[in-house]
Amino acid sequence: MNKLTRDTPVGTEPVEITLFVNGEERRIAVEPDVTLVDAIRDRLDMLGTKVGCAHGQCGACTVLINGERRYSCITLAVMHDGHHIQTIEGVEDNGQLHPLQQAFIDHDAFQCGFCTPGQIMSGLGLLREGHVQNEDDMREEMSGNLCRCAAYQHITAAIWEVHERQDEPGVRLSEQREELLAAGGRVR
Amino acid sequence: MNPFGYVQAGNDVSALSYKVQQAGSLFLAGGTCIVDLLTQGALRPPFLIDINALPLRAITLQDDNSLIIGALASNSAVAHHPSVLSGYPVLSESILAGASAQIRNAASIGGNLLQKTRCYYYRDPSFACNKRTPGSGCPAITGANRMHAIFGTSEQCIAVHPSDMAVGLSALDAAIHTESSRGKRQIAIDDFFLLPGDTPDRETILEQDELITAVEIPATPFARKSNYLKVRDRSSYAFALVSVAGAVVFEGNSVKEIRLSAGGVAHKPWRLQEAEQTLLGRALEEGVIARAMESAVAGAKTYRQNAVKVDLLKRCVRLMLHRFREMA
Repeated sequence: MNKLTRDTPVGTEPVEITLFVNGEERRIAVEPDVTLVDAIRDRLDMLGTKVGCAHGQCGACTVLINGERRYSCITLAVMHDGHHIQTIEGVEDNGQLHPLQQAFIDHDAFQCGFCTPGQIMSGLGLLREGHVQNEDDMREEMSGNLCRCAAYQHITAAIWEVHERQDEPGVRLSEQREELLAAGGRVR
Repeated sequence: MNPFGYVQAGNDVSALSYKVQQAGSLFLAGGTCIVDLLTQGALRPPFLIDINALPLRAITLQDDNSLIIGALASNSAVAHHPSVLSGYPVLSESILAGASAQIRNAASIGGNLLQKTRCYYYRDPSFACNKRTPGSGCPAITGANRMHAIFGTSEQCIAVHPSDMAVGLSALDAAIHTESSRGKRQIAIDDFFLLPGDTPDRETILEQDELITAVEIPATPFARKSNYLKVRDRSSYAFALVSVAGAVVFEGNSVKEIRLSAGGVAHKPWRLQEAEQTLLGRALEEGVIARAMESAVAGAKTYRQNAVKVDLLKRCVRLMLHRFREMA
């Protein structure tokens, strides 16, 4: 099978791409019309990332791409050849929940739990971006993630708690882990 | 999704040559609009040209204080850029008023300008739509049209342009830089977008094989006293019912120069030139503001569900001018 290379057009058949998923190099075959979330769920069998609306409106499919939160349902897998994808499966560290995961438990920040992976990945992206000054900013910056159970008060309480503790060790994804991710090294 | 071929273009020359070779192909940048429309079947291109490898991400403040923004710069990168925040707040505000953080991280500036209308009929291929399938009809004219245009409509199409950023750029008199096999050109933003007329499928003056490379904002005294105001159905992550971008320069208490542009009301950002004219040289007193409000909606044509936009636009203009008065 052909590997995707620049300036080499491909047809509608599968082409090989490489994704660094949670620090692990994964080669998969995808047709150009496969969305990133379908590649994650159906080709990599990683079911933590959810599909809610499939239109970029609900945020359930949020992952970090090269460290930035994005909707994986409205981007094509072929666009991310060589990119670093972080999913909910890569958030805990050696069996230890990330402080944001723990905060979701402590604040009872879910009911059905379907939107939770997207909420947590979006919250991690928000912490990395560093644009939030106050709780209003945080609510605005989380508006791309819907919760049909309307657990918003608890979700935002969990994220705000971690936002206020983000200079403590281990709250942001550690620099070491980020460096590993950026270098394509194995994190787990 | 309809299957399609794909290439990652290595440079601008190859991107443009694929566009010529592959009939019906589209450039692909952030993909937030196109991929959504592909999954819905509203767009069915045979081939996509991914331009993300092109070196078009720089945001550069020029020596003359004009700002050049590469077409592939993300909406987030522009909205949070120090030169934009300090010199062109209306641009930052208008970008941050649109979409969600995830979309803004992915979406490019060039793609923001070219995003497709949110008209329900355009986006659902089970309906007729003159924009998607020329000659098939416009169900919005007699159908669900609360979100639709009140200015510049035609018998063929009453869709609105959905971008907030374009409204901000319109108030700043931005220019669009493009490149094609015929060379480079710069297009004033007001000339860039087309009204629907008889060809609603043609939304800009871009040629088939022409690529947006940058957006340029001229150095202007307007930059600092500027503001974006948006009315929508929920307070975040919703398209505008009506929005207004404004920028002003005062001389004493009088308006020396002013720009007002409205969003959510037309097929393009809608400059409120008559309202601007009524304000020049005058202090922002209530009587003057009332005249500007009436001028802003002169010529509006409403449909069954969107008459509310006339009132909303007047109130947005008044609120914008009240904000300006506090800055005087």
